[in-house]
Amino acid sequence: MALDKIGIAKRIAQELQDGWYVNLGIGIPTLVANYIPKGINVEFQSENGILGMGPFPYEGEEDADLINAGKQTVTLLEGASIFDSALSFAMIRGQHVQLTVLGAMEVAENGDIANWKIPGYMVKGMGGAMDLVSSAENIIVAMMHTNKKGESKILKRCTLPLTGVKCVKKVVTDLAVLEVTNDGFKLIERAPGVSVQQIKNATEGTLIIEGDIPEMVL
Amino acid sequence: MINKTVNNVQEALIGVKDGMTLMLGGFGLCGIPENSISELVKLGVKNLTCISNNAGVDDFGLGLLLKKKQIKKMISSYVGENDEFERQMLSGELEVDLIPQGTLAERCRAAGAGIPAFYTPAGYGTEVAEGKETRDFNGKMHILEHAFEADFAFVKAWKGDTAGNLIFKGTARNFNPMMAMAGKITVAEVEELLEAGELNPNEIHTPGIFVQRIFQGKDYEKRIEQRTVRQKS
Repeated sequence: MALDKIGIAKRIAQELQDGWYVNLGIGIPTLVANYIPKGINVEFQSENGILGMGPFPYEGEEDADLINAGKQTVTLLEGASIFDSALSFAMIRGQHVQLTVLGAMEVAENGDIANWKIPGYMVKGMGGAMDLVSSAENIIVAMMHTNKKGESKILKRCTLPLTGVKCVKKVVTDLAVLEVTNDGFKLIERAPGVSVQQIKNATEGTLIIEGDIPEMVL
Repeated sequence: MINKTVNNVQEALIGVKDGMTLMLGGFGLCGIPENSISELVKLGVKNLTCISNNAGVDDFGLGLLLKKKQIKKMISSYVGENDEFERQMLSGELEVDLIPQGTLAERCRAAGAGIPAFYTPAGYGTEVAEGKETRDFNGKMHILEHAFEADFAFVKAWKGDTAGNLIFKGTARNFNPMMAMAGKITVAEVEELLEAGELNPNEIHTPGIFVQRIFQGKDYEKRIEQRTVRQKS
């Protein structure tokens, strides 16, 4: 069965490594913080100016002066720090943040990503996404494999305006884990109960299948 | 000590005119200069170019200026929470320049730091790079971005003193420090205005040199955009 959003977040959480600073985008990526593997210490960076971001506050303890990049009220963990937006993006562009997880509307087999604009229909802006994808060494995209019409979002070439070029390293969808390689999307894992054929059918971009493809263990 | 205090928001906004370029601090509704925005609405100045990370919501923050059609052009990184904004943008009433958030911050900082332009990788290969100089540094492509110019910068701090020194609280800091650096005239409104000497110099985020006018703000609503909580287990 295809994964739900929580399943995608749980699978991405397995990618976290001890000692990493991690920036999580809005939506599915935010959920990753709930599934940090035991024995691992990571710190979450929020680009509006937090390192060491904690969970949502208890009811009644919300502070209007303490929000995340999604404008949600949050808390600080012990050892947290606060900084301005220029310093925040200095951390990001300066590659001090080890992992960026973000959502996408489309990803292409060369690592291009589109997630900020649908011309004539939706223009919300790129926020910090362009800075993040242009600089991060390790970018994982969390997304659904297909759109609501069943059309693939894992493409040969993006059709929407780009957020960044040749930057995505890995994609975790409701169906599969894919690695972006020079030759296309390499299938790494299948969602539990999802067949290779199902993934082939849902993927427009070049899909590389080598040997038996294991199921994800969540 | 050079005294930067003005008596009220009216005095702080003297000289604001139609057609000016204004910077306004804040991220979402967090750390926005509420008093100055209200006064801009009252003044009714028009054809403004506003540089601010977001555009407020329909009935608060910069949304108040949008509703009265006082803004000609908006320069932001993300504008997703404002229906009136989207309507004006799609109908062509409002010019919008969307730029990457880190570039927005750095263009403010550069303006205040005497750096006319800088290279950044953000936006290379996208619409953002169209018409801009590009250059390869160490095998990676970058685009040339220019410092902003702003007639006024409006910032909001937690504490300030009569010398114009500022301390921010939590994530209400965001764009405020670099916008304070960038304004030809920087107006700081504070929740608590103290005498010079009452703030610990080691804890000051924005030195008073960047602030031309400071005043004691009032009636802060500090609206929360997304109230998210967890249950006690």
